[in-house]
Amino acid sequence: MAETKQQVTDIDRSLYDFKDDESGDGFYRIEEGLTPDIVQQVSEEKHDPDWMRAFRMRCLELYNKTDMVPWGPSIEGLDMDRIATYVRHKSEMKTDWEDVPEEIKNTFERLGIPQAERESLAGVGAQYDSELVYHNVREEVAAAGVVYTDLESALRGEYAEMIREHFMHLVPPTDHKFAALHGAVWSGGSFVYVPKGVRVDIPLQSYFRLNARGAGQFEHTLIIVDEGADLHFIEGCSAPKYNVANLHAGCVELYVARGARLRYSTIENWSKNMYNLNTKRAIVEEDGVMEWVSGSFGSAVSYLYPTTILKGARSRMEYTGITFSGEGQNLDTGAKVVMQGEDTSCVISSKSISKSGGIGTYRSSVIIGRTAHRARASVSCDSLMLDSDSRADTIPAMEVLTDDADVGHEARIGRISDEAIFYLMSRGISEADARAMIVSGFADSVSKELPLEYAVEMNNLIKLEMENS
Amino acid sequence: MSLLEVKNLSVSVDGKPILHDIDLNIGEGETHVLMGPNGAGKSTLGYTLMGNPRYTLTDGTITFGGQKLNDLSTDKRARAGIFLSFQNPIEVPGVSLSGFVRNALHEQTGQPVKLFSYQKKLRAAMELLSMDPAYADRDLNVGFSGGEKKKAEILQMLLLQPKLAILDETDSGLDVDAVRTVSQGVQAYQESKNGALLVITHATRILESLHVDTVHIIVKGRIVETGDASLIEEINERGFERFVPAE
Repeated sequence: MAETKQQVTDIDRSLYDFKDDESGDGFYRIEEGLTPDIVQQVSEEKHDPDWMRAFRMRCLELYNKTDMVPWGPSIEGLDMDRIATYVRHKSEMKTDWEDVPEEIKNTFERLGIPQAERESLAGVGAQYDSELVYHNVREEVAAAGVVYTDLESALRGEYAEMIREHFMHLVPPTDHKFAALHGAVWSGGSFVYVPKGVRVDIPLQSYFRLNARGAGQFEHTLIIVDEGADLHFIEGCSAPKYNVANLHAGCVELYVARGARLRYSTIENWSKNMYNLNTKRAIVEEDGVMEWVSGSFGSAVSYLYPTTILKGARSRMEYTGITFSGEGQNLDTGAKVVMQGEDTSCVISSKSISKSGGIGTYRSSVIIGRTAHRARASVSCDSLMLDSDSRADTIPAMEVLTDDADVGHEARIGRISDEAIFYLMSRGISEADARAMIVSGFADSVSKELPLEYAVEMNNLIKLEMENS
Repeated sequence: MSLLEVKNLSVSVDGKPILHDIDLNIGEGETHVLMGPNGAGKSTLGYTLMGNPRYTLTDGTITFGGQKLNDLSTDKRARAGIFLSFQNPIEVPGVSLSGFVRNALHEQTGQPVKLFSYQKKLRAAMELLSMDPAYADRDLNVGFSGGEKKKAEILQMLLLQPKLAILDETDSGLDVDAVRTVSQGVQAYQESKNGALLVITHATRILESLHVDTVHIIVKGRIVETGDASLIEEINERGFERFVPAE
């Protein structure tokens, strides 16, 4: 506790909010708004194969005729005509950190990315605005046949067919309006393939930084973990704050083959004017395991419900998530599971903290299909409100179509008790520290699931949020 | 001069007067016992001394080590050397017992707490209290039995080394063995640091092995009698009958 605190107090408030000037000649920025011409331009810019170009145009049509979902927080503040869908630095992606342009390198240095790579990661991808600027994988990991690359070059290379077979098959553009938008203007992101039986012992990481003002980030992450393989993938996201809304409509598709395991961890700290309309989905075959760890701190509005389809018998999923909604934030988060295989099981554990008028909504859906005999599902959600201006809602839905399911659900909503504050203060701890301690303690079950440096980052974020009282 | 001087203290909770004209002086290293029937205001006095914001001082002063406490926040009182062992310790999920006490020590001393010597002290104190060392890494009070919670309170007292410890019904809900163990911890505190004590209790078992200097009887929010340890024996035999006015 004492050491953690030491690190916590050292944090630099400007860590995420610094901006870089992108008005210079170094940046290519596509016109704002969304028209067939713009989608065409993005496609040309990226040298798409023909099928992808056609796919983008079809997605744009779908986007234009699909309505926004009738539920969830308002996104009125988002004006698509003012969002630039594509911004990139005019340099090619690098595999040597030293070659990355200075101003971009500085951004990531300040976020601690290369340092993390040196210390504890098997590979790193760093995306700046719309494109990856850096990608690197440790030799021994590459030698085991693990592919970790940017999606664009993968589309043209040896894995082109594999990508075509999987790209937006799990999340079809017909799914919802922003899935269609994503399909039309997606750019950047990663492709990971872990061959049969290969266990990657240390995590791979992608860091997404949206630096441009009034821009959208639409990265696509496609991960295939083949039979019996094992991977931990981490994504981190941040952006500085501008007075114009930014949009993040990424898409994550995860394929977990028979007997494989994938752990997907996210720490998201978008700026407080970001609309985070992200779609994440996994499909799990027999005896496969999908684990989600999710920390949501930033954005003005989030719609985020990682979805798992437990297709194969005995496949499992675990979701551990925490959401922190501060002033002006409306974060609608949770998880969705569709259970199809026999003897499948899922454990959803969600925590939400709301403060200074923030709204945190937990929304989940567990569907136990007719074929999912003896399925087991356990859902628990805990909400902590730090003051009387804040709001926490839980909307858990369950649909059980078998008669032999084992289903459990518990929900707790509470406030920080004065008695608890008094108890901690009676040991010499200040009121502010006592509150922070209770909140960090509340989040502890999530930070325990994260790799150390991310747990520290999460504690820092909580501390920062608490200081802004 | 006394360590703690309470003069003419009156306290109310939610506008309702609970304590009236309390006078109490505790010198360094002295052990005082506060006894009285249920609802007499014993715990209220403990909370008031610790500065719980629910309790409003309507009159009087509290002075500790020459410093007036009336408007001092709870954490500052703790740093000045007052400790309260809670009757119902609060569960704090996600905060380990060991980490919490270390953090509190750091707050109180302003010095970094060296891990190795801290762990050594912690282990020794846990052994004295017959606590399973595994509790050090468990979340503070979470899932602890009543007895374990009380031991954890005494453990914190031993490590934080206050000048005055207020024990609020520390013996309630404990079996005979646990009372004996907890008493050993309290004795160690008395002896090692010449620590002063205010023992709030309505039973007498915890007092058997302690040296007691002064006993106060509180009834309906007033201290009605102050005497030496022989008062304990009287209460043991005849209860509070003599001090409770007939209705």
